[in-house]
Amino acid sequence: MFASFDFDVIRRSLGYLFLDGMAFTLTLTGLSALGGIIFGTLIALMRLSGYKLLGHIAGLYVDLMRSLPLVLVIFWFYFLMPYVGQWVTGASRPISVGAFTSALVTFIMFEAAYFSEIMRAGIQSISKGQPAAANALGLTYAQTMRYVVLPQAFRNMLPVLLTQTIVLFQDTSLVYVLSMPDFLGAASKVAQRDGRLVEMYLFAAIVYFVISCTASFGVRRLQARISIVR
Amino acid sequence: MIEISHVDKWYGPNFQALKDCTTSVAKGEVVVVCGPSGSGKSTLIKCVNALEPFQSGQIILDGIKVNDPKTDLPKLRARVGMVFQHFELFPHLKIIENLCLAQEKVLGRSHDEAMVKGTKLLDRVGLKEQARKYPAELSGGQQQRVAIARALAMDPIAMLFDEPTSALDPEMISEVLDVMVDLAREGMTMMVVTHEMGFASKVAHRVIFMDGGEIVEDALKSDFFGSPRSDRAQKFLSKILSH
Repeated sequence: MFASFDFDVIRRSLGYLFLDGMAFTLTLTGLSALGGIIFGTLIALMRLSGYKLLGHIAGLYVDLMRSLPLVLVIFWFYFLMPYVGQWVTGASRPISVGAFTSALVTFIMFEAAYFSEIMRAGIQSISKGQPAAANALGLTYAQTMRYVVLPQAFRNMLPVLLTQTIVLFQDTSLVYVLSMPDFLGAASKVAQRDGRLVEMYLFAAIVYFVISCTASFGVRRLQARISIVR
Repeated sequence: MIEISHVDKWYGPNFQALKDCTTSVAKGEVVVVCGPSGSGKSTLIKCVNALEPFQSGQIILDGIKVNDPKTDLPKLRARVGMVFQHFELFPHLKIIENLCLAQEKVLGRSHDEAMVKGTKLLDRVGLKEQARKYPAELSGGQQQRVAIARALAMDPIAMLFDEPTSALDPEMISEVLDVMVDLAREGMTMMVVTHEMGFASKVAHRVIFMDGGEIVEDALKSDFFGSPRSDRAQKFLSKILSH
């Protein structure tokens, strides 16, 4: 059955696939996760703050992001950002925003909605006595969050945050709609050039599967090890 | 030192947790607050350092009005130590780090200075050996002693205790009370919510009895244990002292 297939095309394109494609995918995943967690934590703090208006704005944002398909958000951002940039800076022509920047901002904004819900659960899992004790010692709200609540919330939620990052790793393949050279994009390019669609897409699937599965396994191991002592 | 006058507090429109509470704690005085559960004694003590807001009346702490919106609450709280029923040590920090955190971040002490102070206080509560452990590795009694040391590390002008022994196994209660008795004898100003009448009779100057959000009795220790004036206090005492 495999007689007519040429699996050597994979070997020949390994350098391009991994050094360019996978490096791009991992960079995008890492930066998006980092930005998403930071931005998501801010949104979670807004939602949990006593200020109703802030909470509503954050809630609306999360609902909006979670009700839109990611591909659509990627598209909209890519085409809208130049105009938003023009409007913000008051330039005479649309600002050119690189595809990478556009994709990165999109993923950060989109993932922040999901990360914020994770961080919110994490913050709510900390008993009220902890911030009370921190306040009683004279720590301000910001110090209480930074030194007492968030470190514990982050630790409690680390496995879930990592699992969401694995999902993000797979989602980054959607940047193909902007014709960007991520791992899947690279595989796709080679596939089209050499007419080896089956081989390349099969290989891409295996690579995503192996990486995601290994990472999930790692998260489970980690979870067993760090479950916090209290 | 602590002046509480006509404090009212409601939880929602229907439940009044504190009703016109007025009392005071002088410098160096040890005041024990007791009463049945739900009587508002924990709420009252939490109002003193503004962990609980209240709707009317006022509390003045060392000359500073607690319920003034202009009061710098973190700064004020840093000067009053508080010990909680459930210890509330920070589980992600080692014991010594629990003692250093607020010294460095709030008082601006250097790390070395904070370590010296922290180690000295751990030694005082007999737990110097545990400095590098995490809170979960200590027994309840040890954790509460650490919590007291953590509060003392801020050089407080007064200490508030909110049922410090209620969550402890019986055999650990005395090790915590011993530390508190020493503190009281050194002249620390203390407001203590507790059911430990042995502690009250040993070191308290005054005893406040609360019921239903009201201060029913506010008397010198000898008067309170000798002949409580109110029926409710008599009943309460007979219940907790009969065993």
